[in-house]
Amino acid sequence: MIDIATVSPEKPSIKQKMTIVQSLPVSNLKVIDLNVYIHGKHILKDINLSIPEKKITCIIGPSGCGKTTLLRSLNRLHDDASEVKVEGQVYVGDEDIYAKNVEVTHIRKKMGLLAQRPTVLPMSIFDNVAYGPRLYGIRRRRKLYEIVKHQLQAVGLWEEVKDRLKTPAVRLSIGQQQRLCLARGLAVEPEFILGDEATSALDPLSTTKIEEMFLTLKEKYSIVLVTHTLRQAKRISDYIAFMYLGQLIEFGPSNEVFSNPKHKLTREYLDGSFS
Amino acid sequence: MKNLEEKVFKALMIFASVTILAVLLYILYVIISKGLPSLNWDMVSKIPSGGFYLGKEGGILNAILGSLFLIAGSVLISMVISLPVALYINFVKRKESKFSNTLRFAFDILFGIPSIVYGAFGFMVMIYFGLQASLLGGIIAVSLLVIPIMVRSIDEVAVSVPQDLIEALKSLGATQYETLKVIVRQISPGITTAILLSIGRGIGDAATVLFTAGYSDSIPVSPMQPAATLPLAIFFQLSSPVEEVQNRAYAAALILTIIILILSFSTRYFGRKMSKSKL
Ligand SMILES: Nc1ncnc2c1ncn2[C@@H]1O[C@H](COP(=O)(O)OP(=O)(O)OP(=O)(O)O)[C@@H](O)[C@H]1O
Ligand SMILES: [Mg+2]
Repeated sequence: MIDIATVSPEKPSIKQKMTIVQSLPVSNLKVIDLNVYIHGKHILKDINLSIPEKKITCIIGPSGCGKTTLLRSLNRLHDDASEVKVEGQVYVGDEDIYAKNVEVTHIRKKMGLLAQRPTVLPMSIFDNVAYGPRLYGIRRRRKLYEIVKHQLQAVGLWEEVKDRLKTPAVRLSIGQQQRLCLARGLAVEPEFILGDEATSALDPLSTTKIEEMFLTLKEKYSIVLVTHTLRQAKRISDYIAFMYLGQLIEFGPSNEVFSNPKHKLTREYLDGSFS
Repeated sequence: MKNLEEKVFKALMIFASVTILAVLLYILYVIISKGLPSLNWDMVSKIPSGGFYLGKEGGILNAILGSLFLIAGSVLISMVISLPVALYINFVKRKESKFSNTLRFAFDILFGIPSIVYGAFGFMVMIYFGLQASLLGGIIAVSLLVIPIMVRSIDEVAVSVPQDLIEALKSLGATQYETLKVIVRQISPGITTAILLSIGRGIGDAATVLFTAGYSDSIPVSPMQPAATLPLAIFFQLSSPVEEVQNRAYAAALILTIIILILSFSTRYFGRKMSKSKL
């Protein structure tokens, strides 16, 4: 019998390992060796990532580094595009969403994805929010009304639209549309919220509102936000993932990454040496 | 120089618009001035009696109803075929896939084929199956004529449905079928236009129905009976030597024009209602 600890002092002892495991955040969403190719081009390279539960994780990185592609992979939105090839695993709980026989709508219900460009459905404001609940079988008007009201209040849109719930949603301003899309996504009651620059079209006041909302929502949901605003990431994130050219360069608790980035690229990005 | 160019173009555009409008008004003037005097209640409420083709009493109710049955049947059949095709090449297959573009090309060719060819083709098929000229034969031939128009005009709006919308629906957990339901609502104005174009093309075409639907002085009570149609009613009456009968051809043309107007407005009206209704 050889005692590992004595042979190689570099390797952590069982006790040390235990403390490492304990300090690791609990995660219900794990990305393992994810590679994505679009038109044969290697877009995402060996992504390994555990999204901490009931925390806000911000994904940052320069434009074109693959943030949107990563979020879409978590929702299997690449499925219909024949030019996109996805390799690797994404575990939700202990279910690999890329395994065979997985029902994709069931996965997507768990992931509330907010697209980079807000896209309202061609129907009334009310029906937009009620669309998801209706899909999942809620028919009673009263119940639907409650859901719609609750979610619109949650995104701070209720006061602005309560008198015109029947009007087409396209008549809303872009900022309002983005909040509507948020409410629509929340109405499905997902487990995770994946926001692709969810506040990019909003004025500072609405942005603050939405940020506050995310801070409340993280009590119930695990949230992943792509953001270009470092200050926003600083304000609301618990964890930071920094991506560069399709690779995950650094991942860690937000205060650590911001105060003491381990990787040179991260430091340069945070300093604004490149964008 | 630039200014002159602009002026010339403007003049050309105005000239073209005015010419088209003038021709249209002139046609309407001829139809109304020649048709209105012969238009009476008998024309639209009676079928031809013995002396009708010699200028005596009777009407063209047989042709009016024949045309309405024919167009209703054809639009229905064409819609049942065209909508799924247009949805398939846009939302099941990828919009720009080879398959979809090949199909579009095929429908473009079919679109350009003159209607007499569809008539002759329909007639051939009917002979092959031992069928007589009948309302059903006419409906099938007119459907063949109308399907390319319908597919291409629905396709035109389907192509412009943004991918973002489809993805928004899918991220909410909508299945393919549920996604298509929303898309159909989104493109319903295009579907209305497709129906309008089809009605216009189908109801006024004489060549397709000449061999396939035949002609009959009585109102068809089954799809297997031959049926009169307005374009043929106009054609037969115009070729008559009797002046009174010739004038009735203009009255029939007037009736056809009014029917098209009524169908256009009601399709638009119902189309608008449909796009507003709930899922
Ligand atoms: N459908 C596609 N076809 C070809 N290339 C694509 C496609 N989608 C994404 N890409 C490429 O993949 C890379 C990553 O794109 P992605 O949209 O994920 O970047 P991003 O980090 O979200 O950028 P941004 O911050 O600007 O939104 C880019 O180089 C992009 O050009
Ligand atoms: Mg992006």
